[in-house]
Amino acid sequence: MKNLNKLVIFLSLAIGVLITFLPFFYMIVCSFKTNAEIYTLPISFIPKRFYLENYHRLFREIPFARQYFNSTFIASIQTVLNIFLASLGGFGFAKYNFKLKDFLFIFLLVTMMIPSQVGLVPLFLMMNWFKWIDTYWAIIVPGAVSAFGIFFMRSSMMSIPDEILDSARIDGASEFAIYSKIVLPMSTASIGILAILTFTGSWNNFMWPLIVLSSDTKMTLPVGLTTLMNLYKIEYGMLMAGSFLSTIPILILLVLVGQKAFIRGITIGALKG
Amino acid sequence: MKFQKVAPYLFVSPFFILYAIFGLYPTIYALYLSFFDITGLGRGEFVKFGNYISLFSDTRFIKALWNTTYYAVGSIFIILPIALILAILLNSKYIERLKGFFTTSFYLPLITSAIVVAIMFTLVFDTEYGLLNALLRSFKLPTYRWLQEPRFGIPTLIILGIWRYAGINALYFLSGLQSISEELQDAARIDGANKWQSFWYVTFPLLRPVTLFVVVQAIIGSYNLFAEPFILAGQGSGGAGAGDGMLMMTAYLYINGFRFLRMGYASAIGFILMIIIFILTLLQLKFFRMGEIG
Repeated sequence: MKNLNKLVIFLSLAIGVLITFLPFFYMIVCSFKTNAEIYTLPISFIPKRFYLENYHRLFREIPFARQYFNSTFIASIQTVLNIFLASLGGFGFAKYNFKLKDFLFIFLLVTMMIPSQVGLVPLFLMMNWFKWIDTYWAIIVPGAVSAFGIFFMRSSMMSIPDEILDSARIDGASEFAIYSKIVLPMSTASIGILAILTFTGSWNNFMWPLIVLSSDTKMTLPVGLTTLMNLYKIEYGMLMAGSFLSTIPILILLVLVGQKAFIRGITIGALKG
Repeated sequence: MKFQKVAPYLFVSPFFILYAIFGLYPTIYALYLSFFDITGLGRGEFVKFGNYISLFSDTRFIKALWNTTYYAVGSIFIILPIALILAILLNSKYIERLKGFFTTSFYLPLITSAIVVAIMFTLVFDTEYGLLNALLRSFKLPTYRWLQEPRFGIPTLIILGIWRYAGINALYFLSGLQSISEELQDAARIDGANKWQSFWYVTFPLLRPVTLFVVVQAIIGSYNLFAEPFILAGQGSGGAGAGDGMLMMTAYLYINGFRFLRMGYASAIGFILMIIIFILTLLQLKFFRMGEIG
């Protein structure tokens, strides 16, 4: 009975994992197929031969390398800015008492309840006015810091003892030095989680880049991929190759830092509501 | 000493300055725009609540509202029970050694970009060459034109939703399950409850905060759904699909604002969306106490 239970549980989860992996696997397989081969029955999970032309064409026919750079550049800058501004703001809320603190903090929480779609049209008009349409600025500046990031950093910095900060003050350290020399090094674990969440969030962001980026050399990967699907022709082979290549950094992150950090991040993220 | 008073304001100010410019101002300006009939960049005509009134007689808007609700209900009653079952399986002591592998695997669909996921799934839902219909065919079940028929629009998105979101919700439920002490279930069992009873009367009620959280997240998620229908329904339609079968609220805002350039109308849609999400979040805050998860 016990062994049967064990087998049923194991098999159910294994089937779940199989279903999870299958579309990924099929995407990779199809990236090595010709378009004609993708449209062949019965469905085959092994490409006839390793057809690399999809990958070649991806770099030849659209500025894929450039888009890869755009995504990496935007996500990296956004991650650095978010970490700096969120940890600074989080420190302000966690370790100081000031007059407007409660008001500002509640305001910060309220902003998290407002969906970004509301201001989409005016924000676009503003970008147009700033002449930021089709530039990195339109994506990087409005996304430089998130309320969630501050909330997240504040939660982790609350546990830093005041005594350490006070003794540094007595030694003549400036407030910014306390932040950069004491508080930041003590918060590396949370900073790591925030960095991963920000990087993947920016890497996968679609709607806003779709709206503000129009030339293919400025596009990020998700927007660039959509240019391979137009009304006249859908280049499945290239789409699958591009999708696979654009997922690799995220896969590396998941394997490198492990699911623990991710999962801790999302469970704490869950608390923001 | 004096600087110590100013320092916290300096530290928190970047957020508030950026938010004032790129968050608050656009939101207020959207409210203003929503009272005007504006197309393109020209000056509009003040129509008071005209946009809001037109919205509720706009069949496409009603369709978007209906589709979004349909998807939300589907997520709650299909995706979440599957997630709960997965969580219970993951919580089993038998799989201790493989737990990390399973949880990582179930996390993968969520961190993959929605666009990549949707692109992958064009080859799952394809009528003739898709994996799903091939699977149905091998079991001698009827096959469907998932991406072409309007009535399958939302079911298709829900199937995709199961694949993408069941895992993450299972992890939320799992963190809830792990916080329930085994002694409680043991006590129930000693009192003669069978496994089902001890789950239904002991475990499930204790999972209420997590359940509420995932339910609200599922509803909010359905209002934010954009990238998946955008690809699966075809960009030509702005993500609406044949017969508006996949038309969601956010897509309708996008179509009006950036395809038809009806700035005032789109802003009115945004405001209705905001009010709905605001109410949902407040409900969540009221019932969900921080710290009861994880």
